[in-house]
Amino acid sequence: MAETIKLEVARYSPERDAAPRFETFQVPLRKEWVVLDALNYIKDRLDGSLTFRWSCRMGICGSCGMMVNGEPKLTCATFLADYAPAPVRVEPLRYFPIVRDLVIEMTDFLRKLRAMKPWIIRKEEKSLPEGEYLQTPQQLDSYKQYSMCINCMLCYAACPVYGLDPLFSGPAAIALAQRYNLDSRDEGANERFPILSQHEGIWACTFVGECTEVCPKHVDPAGAIQRYKLTAAKEWFKSLLLPWGVR
Amino acid sequence: MKSNNAAPGYSLFHPRWYRPRVSTYWWLHQWSYLKFVLRELSSIFVALFVVITLLQLRALSHGPQAYADFQKWMKSPAVIALNAVSFVFVLFHVVTWFHLAPRAMAVRFAGKRVPELLIVGANYAAWVAISVVVAWFLRGG
Repeated sequence: MAETIKLEVARYSPERDAAPRFETFQVPLRKEWVVLDALNYIKDRLDGSLTFRWSCRMGICGSCGMMVNGEPKLTCATFLADYAPAPVRVEPLRYFPIVRDLVIEMTDFLRKLRAMKPWIIRKEEKSLPEGEYLQTPQQLDSYKQYSMCINCMLCYAACPVYGLDPLFSGPAAIALAQRYNLDSRDEGANERFPILSQHEGIWACTFVGECTEVCPKHVDPAGAIQRYKLTAAKEWFKSLLLPWGVR
Repeated sequence: MKSNNAAPGYSLFHPRWYRPRVSTYWWLHQWSYLKFVLRELSSIFVALFVVITLLQLRALSHGPQAYADFQKWMKSPAVIALNAVSFVFVLFHVVTWFHLAPRAMAVRFAGKRVPELLIVGANYAAWVAISVVVAWFLRGG
């Protein structure tokens, strides 16, 4: 028989279980297999009731984020061979309510993301004949990093502040607000300011920095938050020093 | 993990979510979290050094006898032990914050972002330079 590896998968059935439990599965260990392949093997061959989210298999859709041996990971980019021969423990993303097995409830994140108005806001839209909004490569460069976010929520699962204070807007939502604030075509920074600069916005962040460590797309949400703290502090000083008209 | 609502109350249109509770000892579960908590804690020791400096200035203003008493107090084993621990924490504070500095500072030069190592390096360079100046003063100029 080919080499195998043990997968300890968190199971939770809202109909039957009072709390999550672990179920162990033996799956083939193949060099090119990621944790998601193992989960699909279980669902296809061993237990069709195993429930988890996935879609693209290539680190773009952000659906398959789970805790792998206690670390938030995209399971489509986490190779079984890196853990062998020890068993691999797969759990739903930390700090979110669990719907079933490995599926978490993400409405809280989506609500917070929407509150940030993550779209281009114009005071006045250009008319079609005036053409597109042009941007230099340098202007693109100033926000491009933040635009790589795939909403996988690994940063939330890495953030103890979000775990302890569920009102915190969280890393990805703030990084995406910055993605639009730093876009030269956007004029909505003032609209995002009150949401970002409240306590549950940037100031709840204590700069643990783990969001940046776990981000699979190198967005650096911790950097985005610290940079906005600087912006907000400057705005506060301005409001203190300058008369109303000049601001 | 403990459930807040252990009794099964599942219904078709309102599935019963399991809400995990964050353990009180979450900061012991991962080295990076422990490092963060120690870093936050180190600020107490930084404040302690400030207090000691203020006490020293106060002793200085109260005349030679007060300063001699202050020096004697500083030489007591308990204070030396406390200062040794404080020094380790202050070093930890410095190193961790220097390495976090590039996260907060996105310095751009000639259209390009200044590399992180350069920002960390500049912090260390400034630290060494200021320490040399302080040492020069301590040696009597």
